[in-house]
Amino acid sequence: MTLEILAVDDSRTMRNMIKMVLNTEDFEVHTADDGIHGLEVLDGLAPDAIITDINMPRMDGFGFIDAVRGQDKHRATPILVLTTESSPELKMRARNAGATGWIVKPFDPTKLIKALQMVAG
Amino acid sequence: MSDDMDPMAEIRASFFIECEELLEALQDGLQTMDDGENDSETINIVFRAVHSIKGGAGAFGLESLVRFAHRYETALDEVRVGRLVADENALKLFFQAADHVADLVRISRDDGEIPDDRSKELLVQFDALIGAEDAEEAEAEEIEFQPMGLALDLGLGGGGMPDLDNLAPSAPAPVLDIDQGSASAEFDYTVIFRPFAELFETGNEPFHLLRGLHELGECKVELIFEDLPKLEDFVPEKPHMHWSIAIKTEADTAEIQSVFEFVEGLCALEVTPYSSGTSEEKKKPTPVVEAPAPSIPDTPPPVLEPATEPMQQPEDLPPQPSEPSVEAKEEKTVDTSQSPPPVKDAKPKASAPKPAAQAAKSVVRVDLDRIERLVNLVGELVINQAMLSQSLEQSGLSSHSDAMNGLEEFQRLTRDIQDSVMMIRAQPVKSLFQRMSRIVREASAAVKKDVRLNAEGENTEVDKTVIERLADPLTHMIRNAVDHGLETTEERVAAGKPKQGMVRLAASHKSGRVVIEVSDDGGGINRAKVLEIAISKGLVPEEANLSDTEIDNLLFLPGFSTAKVVSDLSGRGVGMDVVKTAIQALGGRITITSESGVGTTFSISLPLTLAVLDGMVVQVAGETLVVPLNLVMETLTLSDLYLDEIRPGVKAIRVRGDFVPLFDLGVELGYRAPLDDPSGCVVLLIAQEDGQKSALMIDDIKDQRQVVIKGLDDSFYRAPGIAAATILGDGQIALILDPTDIINQASSVRLVSENTANNGAVA
Repeated sequence: MTLEILAVDDSRTMRNMIKMVLNTEDFEVHTADDGIHGLEVLDGLAPDAIITDINMPRMDGFGFIDAVRGQDKHRATPILVLTTESSPELKMRARNAGATGWIVKPFDPTKLIKALQMVAG
Repeated sequence: MSDDMDPMAEIRASFFIECEELLEALQDGLQTMDDGENDSETINIVFRAVHSIKGGAGAFGLESLVRFAHRYETALDEVRVGRLVADENALKLFFQAADHVADLVRISRDDGEIPDDRSKELLVQFDALIGAEDAEEAEAEEIEFQPMGLALDLGLGGGGMPDLDNLAPSAPAPVLDIDQGSASAEFDYTVIFRPFAELFETGNEPFHLLRGLHELGECKVELIFEDLPKLEDFVPEKPHMHWSIAIKTEADTAEIQSVFEFVEGLCALEVTPYSSGTSEEKKKPTPVVEAPAPSIPDTPPPVLEPATEPMQQPEDLPPQPSEPSVEAKEEKTVDTSQSPPPVKDAKPKASAPKPAAQAAKSVVRVDLDRIERLVNLVGELVINQAMLSQSLEQSGLSSHSDAMNGLEEFQRLTRDIQDSVMMIRAQPVKSLFQRMSRIVREASAAVKKDVRLNAEGENTEVDKTVIERLADPLTHMIRNAVDHGLETTEERVAAGKPKQGMVRLAASHKSGRVVIEVSDDGGGINRAKVLEIAISKGLVPEEANLSDTEIDNLLFLPGFSTAKVVSDLSGRGVGMDVVKTAIQALGGRITITSESGVGTTFSISLPLTLAVLDGMVVQVAGETLVVPLNLVMETLTLSDLYLDEIRPGVKAIRVRGDFVPLFDLGVELGYRAPLDDPSGCVVLLIAQEDGQKSALMIDDIKDQRQVVIKGLDDSFYRAPGIAAATILGDGQIALILDPTDIINQASSVRLVSENTANNGAVA
């Protein structure tokens, strides 16, 4: 079973890292540069999980999660937030927006994979 | 492509490229803030740039960079949330910190030694600005930001991946053991997990959590549904069941709770160790207040077998071709980060729901070699087209013929293609200007003057190769402006000027050339002083009567320096003469204008590209040659009136009272013997780098035109006096001269021969 993942991050380095870590048969990764681009890419996709950064131009992670949750077909799609902070407030905000979980950057590759499997199988 | 490169190195390399872009965005944003625009989006851009650099740096274990960027980011965040005002002081520190981040990035990239002092110095300033980082926070960060230095052992087919098979324990897993008496003795904890409705709203799934728990050890899972209401009371969105899991594991309570990290607060969770005390207690999970006693002995509850499903999966896996490479996939993403859109365009706020990505500018990265090749090919095309035109014209076709009409169209297209290709290499001068703003900051700090740089026309595009070669001369001019051009603060105040001096850097396009101006609002050139120095150094005769412009141009003489004190900055023995040489090497010209008490402006005019050159096509002894037009000051037809023979074989001409040494180009290049009577020949007055003039004698001027520069292959031994070659419209190859080099060569030969002649006389 291949997990289809959408990774949204404005940093090319981060996108590349995520793709490299998930560059196995178990994952298929799509990427987007920011929230708005993420919504565009999401249109027509049914990913098994979404990974998103918080600080992004045009539309940040909170806005993006909010918009994704607003779509019926993605109401239950697991969304992981990539964040450098692990402050409780930030987690709270992410969760209130509808995030499923979070990964603290710089992420440990096995943790990322584990977190994905934790939320998406 | 670099298939053989290891993926980590590749991502690392791309990280540093991205850093350069982020640094540019950072500079830009700070500049905008410095200009007084403090809107939240600008601050966000600045914050994000530092944040992204820190994020990437963490992944590559660049500890010093992470530490510093973190502190910087914290300060920026204070501004972002409105707890700190980005006043002049704060901005000054932000600029310095940005410079330092740039240094750290570059040192890290080149694997250099990172000196700690500067970081410490700036960190102290950050402490002063936002208060010292409290110890607890620092410690937390310590843990948070343990830079990891990803040593990825990903193998290829997922070696580093937890195998899906292993998610399920190898033992016939999910205990179906109903016989509590014997089995429960081995369990270590009871976990009661009661999800709330919110758990499902955030996309969490109990199944995955149970499976996560199962990874810690053998589980016995019971679904407890006795709270299930009657059908008429049933609310579909509300969970009515919960789980009780007995687990046998080495893990401690915290580890078990960490499985439920994401759902903390979204469920009721109780983890109770089976006390190792009496076996009585072991059998009975500690009663949970909200949950009724779990077991219903007679009718065994449905038992979830979380692990069985994943266990079947691997066989179902279609043999998928592994992804080609990180890079290949990257192509799918439109790369907006290449040239961050100007701050103003980046306004659309996060809340804007869906105004498509129209603002996103797509950018392709192309190897410079490929562009180089294209430029060369277009050069060939231009030459070919010129040859074709010439032969068609000579064939006597009517100018209304189809062939001639077609030719005209062809000419137009060729020109368009040429322009477009040159555009590819064109880059805005912005990156160059940003480097200069740093030079101003450093230079003004070194001489303790308060200076502001005003940059204009940052988006003016110039050939990349020109930009690269402009950095040194511009740096020098900027330093000069700060050091010599601007007065000291006291002098400015005394003169009734604002305390803060201003250096202006402006770029613009003017009639097919790029004009870059460096000006200051200082005291202007002190001409009396300049003249005095020039005389004392023997650069001009004492009785010389020079115009203002001539005095100003003395600054370009080698070895001229007006600084009373050799300062740190510009007193490194590099004078304006070096700047002038560098500009001329780019086919450019430099001029000065200065007004006493108002300021000085240096104006550099450059060709748009180094690939074409404005040339004068001349003829000497039957050979056709091209002289760069920017060096030709004047042309004259030679008559006896001008000609003077200083010594036998040493000729000079008189131009407005000056004696200018005259060289016969035909002789210097070895095309012919000296002429007996050169009158009627044409003379080109050539501007020398030292500000002197020399005259080159030729037979005739044939044309003035743009020529495509063709570099001479390295296999040609470097020919003195020859810069390059070109192909003219008639297909003829013509050499492009380096007149300065020819004259220098000729002058030294003259000196040597004079010396030997003198020595001969003595002997």
